[in-house]
Amino acid sequence: MIELERVEKSFGGMPAVRGVSLTVAKGELVAIVGGSGSGKTTLLRMVNRLVEPDAGEVRVGGRDVRAEPAVALRRTIGYVIQHIGLLPHLTVEENIAMVPRLLDWTREAIASRVTELLDRVGLPASRYAARYPDELSGGQQQRVGIARALAAKPRVLLLDEPLGALDPITRVALQRELRAIHRDLGLTTLMVTHDIVEALSLADRVAVMLNGEIRQIATPGELVRAPADDWVAEVVEVARAQGETLRGLGQP
Amino acid sequence: MSDLLRGLQPLLSSHLALVLIALAIASVIALPLAIVASSRPRLAFAVVTGAGVIQTVPGLALLALMVPVLAKTGVLSPFGFAPAVIALTLYAMLPILRNAVTGIRGVDPAAVEAARGMGMSPWQIMRLVELPLAAPVIAAGVRMATVWTVGAATLATPVGQPSLGNYIFAGLQTRNFTMLLVGVAASAALALALDGILALAERSLRARRRRFPFAAAASFVALAALVFFAPRFDRRATTAHATQATAVRAVTHVRLGGKPFTEQYVLVELMRARLESAGIGVDVAEGLGSTMAFDALVRGDIDAYVDYSGTLWTNEMKRAGVPPRWQIEAEVSGWLAHEHGIRSLGRLGFENEYVLAMRRDVATRLGLRTLADLARAAPKLSIGADYEFFSRAEWDAVRRAYGLDFAKTANFDPALLYDAVQRGDVDVITAFSSDGRIAADDLVVLDDPAGALPAYDAMILVGARAAGDRHVACALVPLQVPVERMRVANAMVDRDKKTPAEAAAWLLSTMGTLPDCSKL
Repeated sequence: MIELERVEKSFGGMPAVRGVSLTVAKGELVAIVGGSGSGKTTLLRMVNRLVEPDAGEVRVGGRDVRAEPAVALRRTIGYVIQHIGLLPHLTVEENIAMVPRLLDWTREAIASRVTELLDRVGLPASRYAARYPDELSGGQQQRVGIARALAAKPRVLLLDEPLGALDPITRVALQRELRAIHRDLGLTTLMVTHDIVEALSLADRVAVMLNGEIRQIATPGELVRAPADDWVAEVVEVARAQGETLRGLGQP
Repeated sequence: MSDLLRGLQPLLSSHLALVLIALAIASVIALPLAIVASSRPRLAFAVVTGAGVIQTVPGLALLALMVPVLAKTGVLSPFGFAPAVIALTLYAMLPILRNAVTGIRGVDPAAVEAARGMGMSPWQIMRLVELPLAAPVIAAGVRMATVWTVGAATLATPVGQPSLGNYIFAGLQTRNFTMLLVGVAASAALALALDGILALAERSLRARRRRFPFAAAASFVALAALVFFAPRFDRRATTAHATQATAVRAVTHVRLGGKPFTEQYVLVELMRARLESAGIGVDVAEGLGSTMAFDALVRGDIDAYVDYSGTLWTNEMKRAGVPPRWQIEAEVSGWLAHEHGIRSLGRLGFENEYVLAMRRDVATRLGLRTLADLARAAPKLSIGADYEFFSRAEWDAVRRAYGLDFAKTANFDPALLYDAVQRGDVDVITAFSSDGRIAADDLVVLDDPAGALPAYDAMILVGARAAGDRHVACALVPLQVPVERMRVANAMVDRDKKTPAEAAAWLLSTMGTLPDCSKL
């Protein structure tokens, strides 16, 4: 469970997050949607203390995140970023093994975990384990990124625009993959995206952010049926319009 | 030629040792400094700028500067290995430091961010992410430093450390161009070889494969073997020092010094021949800078060399004015004994003083015989001199005495001065009275009726350790070289391409029967 309570953050006097509270229940997938500068990434990064809030409290599994050193905390939280962030000088296997290595897992435990995860994300270890990131496609790299985030059996998973840099086809395939992984593992997940369609189709609940505030948080169905204000309605309308355009093109 | 190649190995290994040690120290200092500085922009700016300032000091000046600095601190010998290694280390710092800082700061922020998000500590990020990703850039910096250092290490010769510079300086000064070329080619080959090895290492780093390239490792071991298994000069130097420490009775080993010009190379061979015939072991530090040789004698790093009364008078005693030659010699000898315990064996029999010389046809055409005549024509003439003449007291003295005022002044390497006047690039040059090329090139030496140029009597100086030794005195005291013979000996080397040892042997043969000092 992830709990953010009245958290605030300013950068150089400019408020980025204004007193936001948000709870992700155990096993739930919550997506935060918003444009650039809405504060969504700042909010996410407070969970693994890449950003320290000016005020408010963040708890993971009921414990204040400040109760342990940031470095130790981060090793228990899976984190996937848009720019993938695989270490280019390490093989696929070494990338995935990094956090377990930092946590001093045994060699055998690491090896079997790497094989298991590569199979899970559809990249058989026998073919991919020894490759370097620049020998993989963007989609394959992000599959490795996801496998790496899951490697040390994290308590929660943070996804920061995980599919943002991928082409639409790869993106949809990976959306399905993410959903399946979430369903199988039941991992408490907080995700940030600027794509309302992605948020609606993946998340259990969607939070819409603007100017550092959450304007509405609801299930995808509620959000579409009953937007809380004009701005949320506008965001939802984008998704609806896309769908209708497509439907119109499909009719004879 | 085969002599040259035989002599090359110890120079090459000394050169390589110098380069590798300087690079190792520079890396050990620069890399941690770069790691600390990479996350502190202001510190990074300060250290890179600092290293850049050191880099702008010309290599020779930086090496020469280490001598007084080390002499002042008194911890390390300001002679030979220590000043050379320190200066080269400073010289190698900049490329290593700059590339390491640039490389670390240039690492993709996404990789660093991912590493942070994974829960790596700052040191783990440096060790596991930033350093490996910056490694190719860092390696390129080390490679650049290596090539620079191989070149700069040739300048270790004037501070008394054997290097390939011995062949380059000696070759240039004695107009032995084969020797010069061998020195230059060996230095270039060494630079290329090291560069090639490091290029291999760098390429494998760029390919991001962590296996250390076996080819690079193997070539490196081969080169290192050259250093450690080849006979070395400094091993002999060590023996010399050991002897120094234990010598209670007789001096069995003497280290001779010499400055970098033909006459000095010949005189070193002359002294060597006499000492060896007296049963005394000899080794030689040649090509020492002018004040370097004196400092080395004072400190006991060398035991004997030939200097000139006027040089000591001006450079070491810091005396101005031009007294008569007997007074200079007397005061210099007294000062040496009193201040430094150095014994002067008296005048060798010739002077090597500054004179102004010009081509005979030009002098005849203009009707010039003396410096007074020259003063009239000087406003239309140009003068070329070695590096130091214009800043010496003699220049002031001669200008004052005759009212000399030239249209143009230019500095040349001493080895190139004679060519410059022959070609007519300059009309008048400074020359040394004992130089064989005055006669060989048919130059006219202008008379100095006012006695403005001081006397430069050559004299053998013996350091405190060997000064009281009977064998050394017996071997060196009787040496006498009139100026005509010194000129001939110099010309044998400069013009006739004889070796300094051959010229020295000829000089000895003209001295008649000298005492046998092996049975005292």
